Amino acid sequence: MSIAIEIAYLIASILFITGIKLLGKTKDARRGNVLSAIGMLIAIVATLLTINVLTFVEIFVCILIGGAIGLFYATRVAMTKIPEMVALFNGFGGLASFAVALSDYFLKSEISAASLDAVNLTSIILSVLIGGVTFTGSMIAYLKLDGKVSGQPITFSGQHLLNLALLIAFVITSVMVFLDPTNLILIGILVGISLLLGILTVIPIGGADMPVVISLLNSYSGMAACATGFILSNNVLIVAGSLVGASGIILTQIMCKAMNRSLTNVLLGGFGQTVATGGQDGPAIVVKEIGVEETAMLFDAASSVLVVPGYGMAVAQAQHVIRELMEQCEKRNIDFRFAIHPVAGRMPGHMNVLLAEANISYDKLIEMEAINDDFPNTDLVFIVGANDVVNPAARTNPQSPIYGMPILNADKAKTVIVSKRSMGKGYAGIENELFGYPNCLMLFGDAKQTITKVVSEMKDMS
Amino acid sequence: MNASALLILIYVLVLASYLGFELISKVPPTLHTPLMSGSNAISGITIVGALIACNEMGYTSIAKWLGMFALILATINVVGGYAVTDRMLKMFKKK
Repeated sequence: MSIAIEIAYLIASILFITGIKLLGKTKDARRGNVLSAIGMLIAIVATLLTINVLTFVEIFVCILIGGAIGLFYATRVAMTKIPEMVALFNGFGGLASFAVALSDYFLKSEISAASLDAVNLTSIILSVLIGGVTFTGSMIAYLKLDGKVSGQPITFSGQHLLNLALLIAFVITSVMVFLDPTNLILIGILVGISLLLGILTVIPIGGADMPVVISLLNSYSGMAACATGFILSNNVLIVAGSLVGASGIILTQIMCKAMNRSLTNVLLGGFGQTVATGGQDGPAIVVKEIGVEETAMLFDAASSVLVVPGYGMAVAQAQHVIRELMEQCEKRNIDFRFAIHPVAGRMPGHMNVLLAEANISYDKLIEMEAINDDFPNTDLVFIVGANDVVNPAARTNPQSPIYGMPILNADKAKTVIVSKRSMGKGYAGIENELFGYPNCLMLFGDAKQTITKVVSEMKDMS
Repeated sequence: MNASALLILIYVLVLASYLGFELISKVPPTLHTPLMSGSNAISGITIVGALIACNEMGYTSIAKWLGMFALILATINVVGGYAVTDRMLKMFKKK
């Protein structure tokens, strides 16, 4: 490989790193993404220069097909569906690495068994394993997020034992591949086990834990690219892959911490099944209802409002009417901000994107640590489609499955209004004692419809 | 591959991972979704591997078909990932 191409790869790596660095500041983030894309373009062009001109046609066609699909999806996808898209794309990344690894295996085994040295075989096997798990795991995550498969954890006895047995079988088969590198049956077994493991490791994980799963699969897709880098001895793949791997791991840690769960606990799955029986022996919760007119009056009288959004807001597509509500409040000089819990929504930062889409300034979106002390001084907290992240049981009830999870102190505000479709439970499947608190009022109905009515009431007042 | 070449690759892996950890832990939670879709696009770097795999001559080889398949997938990742990230970041405004 010529020096010029190596230098191009170096520049691409620097651009990826700079791009990620710029993501650290909201105002520079868009520029960072552009830099990273330029880095990718440089890497692609440099690689194309090494390619035989006779293969340009098929390469061009493949890029055209992939590019059209990618662009079509990216411009059409609704912001509420971003978790699904990320899950799907993680899967594509994994499958691409998987296919490259197999391609390299077939190429080398056609030349001679001797060209498959130990490092090469190890990288190929790892790439097949990580890529395969990423692919099928992401597809299951996608189907769960999209509701095509139930979000409920699917568990059966001996599940973990089966996974362990498969992993051991994988290791044994890998050793056999080293002894007999051109044996296609062995490779087939490795492929089969990898794909199966991806499915089996994600099915026991419930819908509420999807932010953790997508983050982890994100990390895997980076690691798969890394492994491919080792196959091809290519530094830019390793640099880019490890950046993604690191990113996914950090997000996974943040998500686990925000749920007070260990990664092992999430991965072993079954959360939300066993807990249904846990710790709900107290008297049934009696709630107080409130209508739209009274709600409008409470907003009108408040001097500070904090909105706590949750996945329910995304489902109801209520973010735009909440902006209208914000405009009404700001007209009245009411301090109006948002308190964002790290695991609100179906992926890290999901709520921020939805609110930004509704044209809400990002300096109004405050993260949990920064806002939690402000709740006692807040007149009105408006909870829209959030549940577990404001459940005081996390602080008070050691029996509760979410005990110890950091929550937003919404209950400490003077008045709390909860916009909720019905008295259904949150994703963790547990009662929320906040709804029975004396300062808590329930505004039942579809969030979008009820908030629209509140806004029109407020318009009529002024 | 000889040991020293492998060692250099491992160097790159370790240093890039450390750098990744340092940089990404500074990304504010507000931007975690674009970070994920953006890093999704970056993991499409497999496109480089796919291009090399596609370079195989003749359609009779499985290696080439797998390469072309990987190329389509990686391009979806790259193009879709960057485009959707840009679409999201465009919406983050301060008033």
